[in-house]
Amino acid sequence: MYTIKHYALTESVSEAWELRQKGKNRVLAGGMWLRLGKGNVINTAIDLTQIGLDTIEEDDGVFTIGCMASLRQIEKHEALNNMCGGLIRDAVSSIVGTQFRNTATVGGSIYGRFGFSDVLTAFMVLDTQVKLHKGGLIPLDTFVEMPYDKDILTEVRVANTPCEAAYESLRLTTTDFPMINAAVSRTDGKWRIAVGARPMKARLLAAAENLSACPGEAELDALEEAVKTELNYGSNKLASADYRREMAAVLVRRAINRIIGEDRT
Amino acid sequence: MPQDYKQITKSVYKKDARMLLTGQAVYTNDLAPADCLIVKALRSPYPHALIKKIDTTRAMKVPGIACVITYKDVPRKRFNMAGQTHPELSAADQYLLEERLRYVGDEVAIVAGADEACVNKAMKLIDVKYEVLEPVLDPETAMDNPVLVHPEEDWTQPAAGMGDNKRNLAGGVVFDHGDMDATMAECDVIVEDTFRTQATHQGMMEPFVTFTEMDPYGRIKITSSTQIPFHVRRIVANALDIPKSKVRVVKPRVGGGFGAKQSACTECMPAIVTWKTGMPAKMVYTREECLTASNSRHEMIVKARMGFMKDGTMRAIDMNVISNQGAYGEHAPTTLGLTCHKAMTLYHPVDAYRFRGHVVYTNMVRAGAYRGYGATQGIFALESLMDNAAEALGMDKAEIRLKNMARQGDVMPAYYNNTMLSCTLDKCLIRAKEMVDWDNRPKVVDLGNGHVRALGIAMSLQGSGISGVDQAAADIRLSAEGFYSLMIGSADMGTGSDTTLSQIAAEVLGCDVDDVVPSGVDTDVSPYDSGSYASSTAYLTGGAVKKAAESLLQKMTQAAADIMGVTADKVGFDGETFSNEENDMMLTREELAIKAHAGNLSCLTASANNMQKNSPPPFMTCIAEVDVDMATGKVTPIETVGVVDCGTPLNERIVKVQTEGGIIQGLGMALYEKVQYTDRGSMFNKNFMLYKMPARTDIGRIRVDIAPSYEPNGPFGAKSIGEVVINASPPAIANAVYAATGVRCDLPITPEKVYMGMKKNGRIK
Amino acid sequence: MIAALTVNGRSFEEDVRPDEMLYDYLRRHGFKSVKCGCDTTNCGLCTVWMDGTPVLSCSVPVLRASGHEITTLEGVRQEAEDFGRFMAAQTAEQCGFCNTGFIMNVLAMVRELENPTIEEIQHYLEGNLCRCTGYEAHLRALRNYLAIVHGNSRMFEEGEVPEDAARL
Repeated sequence: MYTIKHYALTESVSEAWELRQKGKNRVLAGGMWLRLGKGNVINTAIDLTQIGLDTIEEDDGVFTIGCMASLRQIEKHEALNNMCGGLIRDAVSSIVGTQFRNTATVGGSIYGRFGFSDVLTAFMVLDTQVKLHKGGLIPLDTFVEMPYDKDILTEVRVANTPCEAAYESLRLTTTDFPMINAAVSRTDGKWRIAVGARPMKARLLAAAENLSACPGEAELDALEEAVKTELNYGSNKLASADYRREMAAVLVRRAINRIIGEDRT
Repeated sequence: MPQDYKQITKSVYKKDARMLLTGQAVYTNDLAPADCLIVKALRSPYPHALIKKIDTTRAMKVPGIACVITYKDVPRKRFNMAGQTHPELSAADQYLLEERLRYVGDEVAIVAGADEACVNKAMKLIDVKYEVLEPVLDPETAMDNPVLVHPEEDWTQPAAGMGDNKRNLAGGVVFDHGDMDATMAECDVIVEDTFRTQATHQGMMEPFVTFTEMDPYGRIKITSSTQIPFHVRRIVANALDIPKSKVRVVKPRVGGGFGAKQSACTECMPAIVTWKTGMPAKMVYTREECLTASNSRHEMIVKARMGFMKDGTMRAIDMNVISNQGAYGEHAPTTLGLTCHKAMTLYHPVDAYRFRGHVVYTNMVRAGAYRGYGATQGIFALESLMDNAAEALGMDKAEIRLKNMARQGDVMPAYYNNTMLSCTLDKCLIRAKEMVDWDNRPKVVDLGNGHVRALGIAMSLQGSGISGVDQAAADIRLSAEGFYSLMIGSADMGTGSDTTLSQIAAEVLGCDVDDVVPSGVDTDVSPYDSGSYASSTAYLTGGAVKKAAESLLQKMTQAAADIMGVTADKVGFDGETFSNEENDMMLTREELAIKAHAGNLSCLTASANNMQKNSPPPFMTCIAEVDVDMATGKVTPIETVGVVDCGTPLNERIVKVQTEGGIIQGLGMALYEKVQYTDRGSMFNKNFMLYKMPARTDIGRIRVDIAPSYEPNGPFGAKSIGEVVINASPPAIANAVYAATGVRCDLPITPEKVYMGMKKNGRIK
Repeated sequence: MIAALTVNGRSFEEDVRPDEMLYDYLRRHGFKSVKCGCDTTNCGLCTVWMDGTPVLSCSVPVLRASGHEITTLEGVRQEAEDFGRFMAAQTAEQCGFCNTGFIMNVLAMVRELENPTIEEIQHYLEGNLCRCTGYEAHLRALRNYLAIVHGNSRMFEEGEVPEDAARL
């Protein structure tokens, strides 16, 4: 539950940005996670629904996803999913339910940089940038590590570079938070691997850069070790660090195998 | 024995179907007056604390606030919130508000105001100074712990409850039959293990909700989503220390209960507000309050031991149980009683039984009633252990059960020496086996792709009402135009019991079920019924309805005979028309009703009360097939089949849906639902984002069937169905996982526990 | 602030609290079919349509719904009855408390998915919890309804025959 003292249906990003600079003002994205908090008090809730930031445009080799586009929109966007072998669809389709995904926003999911995020992990393995109103275009993997500030994320841009990709997550129930998740992509033989819900937010695996286009079993064994040692893992009520470490390796390998498997068939 | 029924067994629509499916305003919160005061509770942030000072001055000054109630304003007379019949075995261990706070969520103050905003504001302005005390958070060290949850001197409980507040005991059960040590010494194989079942939430979709108002006679009228209207009348009167005649309770449609609403919860707080202010008041629990400030299933640690002869004959059952009651003692001794008497009765009588059990107070959310009511936990332990026994004896897991299961005609030492008058558990098991082709397929299959599939089997039973205690009455009358009014005091909480009870009346009276109009519960007008719990409605209230309808039929026939000028034995009735052969007169039901409502002395109304000295068990067999992802430990249920013996099924589709629903709740308990506490003693999984009940994508396929028996003491041979159906799927799933992986673990069976278990037992590297 | 929205075709305009949620607003205006089961967007009971899209009214501020068209079950009662009779035939309504949110999502699904498979149906509806039925009765009702009313032939590929249901 949360309390809002003022509600601002802003008419421009500049207006929203100005408001954001003050005290306890917050941008209201989907407003889904806010409900979990207890007694959150928001002075002014900044609403961006009137600015037309809820579209997905395909232009000049880039998908431009407005921050207020819903998770359901990216789940159902054919061109976006065709570009990445359905990665986005697979990553978001377990999130709570259809109605939830109709309201939860891409901007909220990415800006929040939540540890449990499925969305963040998936976008990490695509050529993704975020556009901040003041900060300009920033690569997603850089943005993820930046401290939270008062800028406004207006767009998520994904290069329309066809790739093969796969998403894996481990959940207690189909609609639960992931205990661990992994996304993998291969573009022109180059791999990107991200592991999220460790339970820390998603990170790219550096060792992926050295992986050959079609790795053999020994190489994959070594990669599993890298997944376990290069990234850090923690414990919380969903799973222990030890279990997450082991499972991260399992999921990464599965995702890679799904991609390589397609080579073979 | 089975007959050609015209109304019962038929799958008629539920009488409230149209209203429910078109979203009409029929639930408590839909009916509350718009000008109700909003009532909320300020809750303890500590698991154990004393209020040293509480100042409500500033809170009272918030515009719109009607009252702020603290421990200083409530009667100092202990009571309990359990919906149970006299003698109440649950300890009288609480005031409505008290200086001592016993769990995170315990009520510190009650605030009522014109709207939610002002109440929220006022709650923040109540100034409380707490003395934080050391809490008891581990059930295994709670008994005789130096920290007492209930140190008070005015704690009371009938001796039969076996509690002792100076030892942190909310209750206990001791049962012995035969010579345990001598019998075990004769056994060829003894199996033993400890099983831990978790607290789980009932999870009914409608939260706890109550509104209260003064009636024209200066009494409190309580409208509440409850299973126990008559007990709520007593509980509220006790809490407020006012005469019971000053309380009236009305139950509208209820959005599920599953036992949660067998304890009072949201009733007392708005009642005291209305009593003090004279204004209507309403309390609607948030889901977080439903999870953290009501009640759940008792967490249990069950140590079980069974002795067998080489040929697979069971000789002895020995159980030792710790049950975690949490902060207040509702349903403490009685749930444990079922862990003992129900679970042990699942098998053909053995030579020796021993049960030792303690229910311990802890500074955690209180436990209460949840479908299965202690039997679930005991059966989980025994039915898990049966698989270990089968392994030790080299027997098929269905065969060992078939050999040792309860049978019709058994005199049951663990069940008050009652005789089993109806039981088709053998047919349930054989049918379940057929449904999965048990005999012709391997029980464990390695799919060769990193997945292993396995079958698990388990049986269960429950009771039908509480023998010699529960009672139900029904009134039925012939109303104008010849329809029947059926007055019952049992609470349909969504199961469809208003409909099945009407079917019983219609069967007796030979009319269509549409001609019987049941009424919801109003304690001012409904006949007394102990309530909808303990699987009592179909059996007990159903029996009362049958008796009342038979009595009315007799009266109507007599009245018709009087009008026709013949003796009653000459009058026939086909449900619509009375006729007699002597003078060829005919009289329709409607004509009789009209005559009975004008210038008439006779009263075409009948009442009957039903109490039964036995509680015939319904039975079930479940077979579950699971898939285990061996690399992750993730268990996916593929299919669960369940076959039930509920006596005569009064409405087949309702029986089927109850069975499917019970299987799924059991499956949630087996695999998904966990209550975790933070180190500071507050509940972690306090919303549905974190407490995961099964969604429709989590359950695999469910198939159910019925193996009817005929219970001579039940209405048309019926027994209960509501609870038995939750007890078999948890051990069936656990046994399937065990077959696939060799892992036994605490519930729920999470991927991590299975994975770590397989690493430990060497199934994986 | 002023919220101006239409509910089931009727216009509403009034000053609202900035943090009033659509759920509370609708209940306050008498749309009692809308239920709340969890407060945290996990149960689906509060499902209504915003411009035809199913959303969780417990998490949409009224002010965000301003300028939009809201539909509650009261606005599609006839269609709810058409599906409802198939539910009643299975006694799949049980306690009924989750019914309206579930039905709103079913009717949205019918508009959004063309001839869905069982798997697609289950996935579309997985955000609608039910504690009574175990979901099998829902599925039976859905299969019959989709086959008979919407002519979805995939529902009975295994050869069983769909069962029609009497009026409510």
